[in-house]
Parts: sequence; C-alpha cells; structure tokens
Amino acid sequence: MIEEQSVVKVGMADLNVIQHSGIIRTVGLGSCVGLTMYDPQIKLAGMAHVMLPSSDIAREGQLNIAKYADTALPALLERLLELGASPLRIVAKMAGGSQMFTFAGSGDTMRIGPRNVESCKAKLAELRIRLIAEDTGGNYGRTIEMDASTGILHIRSVQTGVKEM
Amino acid sequence: MEVFKHFKEFKMDVLREVGNIGAGNAATALSRLLNKPVDMAVPKVQLLPFEEISEKVGGAEQVVVAIFLRVEGEAPGNLFFILSPEAAKSLLNRLVGFPSETDGMFNEMEQSALCEIGNILAGSYLSSLADFTKLSMYPTVPALAMDMAGAILSFGLLQFGHMGDDALLIDTTFLEGDHEVEGQFFLIPDPDSFAKIFKSLGVPIDHD
Repeated sequence: MIEEQSVVKVGMADLNVIQHSGIIRTVGLGSCVGLTMYDPQIKLAGMAHVMLPSSDIAREGQLNIAKYADTALPALLERLLELGASPLRIVAKMAGGSQMFTFAGSGDTMRIGPRNVESCKAKLAELRIRLIAEDTGGNYGRTIEMDASTGILHIRSVQTGVKEM
Repeated sequence: MEVFKHFKEFKMDVLREVGNIGAGNAATALSRLLNKPVDMAVPKVQLLPFEEISEKVGGAEQVVVAIFLRVEGEAPGNLFFILSPEAAKSLLNRLVGFPSETDGMFNEMEQSALCEIGNILAGSYLSSLADFTKLSMYPTVPALAMDMAGAILSFGLLQFGHMGDDALLIDTTFLEGDHEVEGQFFLIPDPDSFAKIFKSLGVPIDHD
C-alpha cells in the first residue's frame, strides 16, 4: 500500500508549517514571493506567500500579517521557534517575485515583484536568517513545494519546467 | 473593504449593468471579427477572496492566455481578457488563418495578433463604459501572458491588497455559437473607483 503524503496548502497572503514528512505547497506565484524557512534537524518547514512588500501602506482594519513581507517573515519565524526550531539552524529559500507584465513607463505597481524580493531579503537580514537559495524575477509564474523530510524546494513553471533547490 | 460588503443588491445591479454594457459591446466586436454570433452570459458581480478568483478560470495553476490592460483615467482599474490556450489558437485560426495546432506555445506573430484582438475587445468594452458613465477611461497598451492563472490574476489584485483579502470583480463569460471560442472578461475597478462610478451614474453613495 502506498502511503499518501500529506499536503499543506498555503494560500495567497497566508503562511503555514509542516513537520517530519509531507509537502507544503503554494501555487501560482506571480509577483508574490513564496518564502520558506527550514530547520533540518527537526525537519520543520514553514512557508509564507507574501503579496506586498510593506505593511506601511495597509489600509485594512484588521491587518493580515501574512500578506506583507515585513510582517509575514517575523510571524513565520516565530511559528518555527515556537515549535522548537533554532534560529541558528533555520535556512531560508525563496521563489517568485516576477514581473508578469511589462509596460512602457511602468510605475511602482508594475515593479511589485522585484520590490517584494528586496523587502524579503532586507527582512531576512534583519532577522539574521540565512538565505541559501532563490529563484526570483523573470516574467513567469511559479508553483513551489517543499518536502518537509528533506527541505528540498521544487519549483514548477509553465515555461521552464521543474527545478529543485 | 468592509464598505463593499454593505453594497446593497441595487448597487450590485448597477455594477452588473456596467459589465453588461461593456462586455456586450466587446461581444459585438468579437462577433463582427468572427462574422458569427457570440453569446454572452449575464455578468456576475462578486466580492471574492483572492484565492477564489482564480477558481473562476479553473484554479491557480490552470494555464490561461490573458490579455491585460490597465485602465487609466477617472475610474482606474484592471481589465483582463482570459482564454484557454486552445480557444486562443482557435480564435487565431479563424481570424488570421494561423494553423491551430496546440503545441502550447505562441510565436511572435500570434502573440501580436492576440494582443491586437485583446486591444479591440477591451477598447470597445471601455469606450462603451466611458460613454455610459461619462467618465474618462482609457486603456494602456495591452500586455499578453500565457501562464498560471494565479500568477496572472494576482497582478490585478494588488490595488485591493492594501485594503483586505477580497476583491470586487465584474465577470462576464462569452462563447461563440459552437463553443470553440470561450472567453472571460474580468473588470476589477480599483477600490476608489466604485464611488466615482456610482456618483456619475447618480447612485447615492452615502446611505448604504
């Protein structure tokens, strides 16, 4: 009998964790950034699907912390630490942040992908989490999934197929 | 965002009419291009969580062809014209006579033709809307993408991102008689545009 792997889905502007085995996945990353944090020793994987670079511009009543790079990353780190991860062992990977459409005279909204990437990197540096791999930029969408038992991140896109990192 | 939850049915009707007029004209334009009747479903106006918006075209991972135009002017927003790759090939085949093999890729000529078709349809959508509302609305040069629906549509939700986890969209499906060309128009006005649209149509905004 084949044991079915459990899959945790992370929606847009959402974050979650999975431990020991199974897969954590987020689909259809465009300008959004999928960021993972992994503690190899306790096989704990966390993933956030970040939509916007900064919560400064938020106009919503109840802030969805998973939506903004500057709030989602600390929240994800906290979830991992609560579950026993060590900040020294945690490594981060990220994918996405593409520019789906290009126009002449593109304003800031058009550059949201690269800005998401920059903001995530700045926050990681501030949190002192090592970024060990990234597949960002370009003009195409990505679906990413991390295997909790290995910490390997699979990245799938329509044009370039599947890659691992 | 809360404010949209309180839109009364009456206001939804107004927005439905907005979609009806816009997409109706676009469907007429398509029908002229194809020289065939094109049917249109009654527009749906829905406040949807971001996640569910891509469900409307088959899920976040579904590969779609999208022509995207940013609407500028007094009531800015995002306009998407979405087709399946097969429908896009079929459309190209009938309009320009390109072979309709679906190897899943579009060459430069095909991309350019698709952009132009999108431009014509979106132009007629917007100009009828502008006439109706007396607001100036003009499209940017269209951009084409063939990719995962989630990746494409999320781009149109950024303006809503600051405000909540839902977006209000006006969705119209149309299909050609024999169903070979089926497409969808998504108009996602920026959050601030709704008040302007209502105001110009004489809908009171204060008493929700």
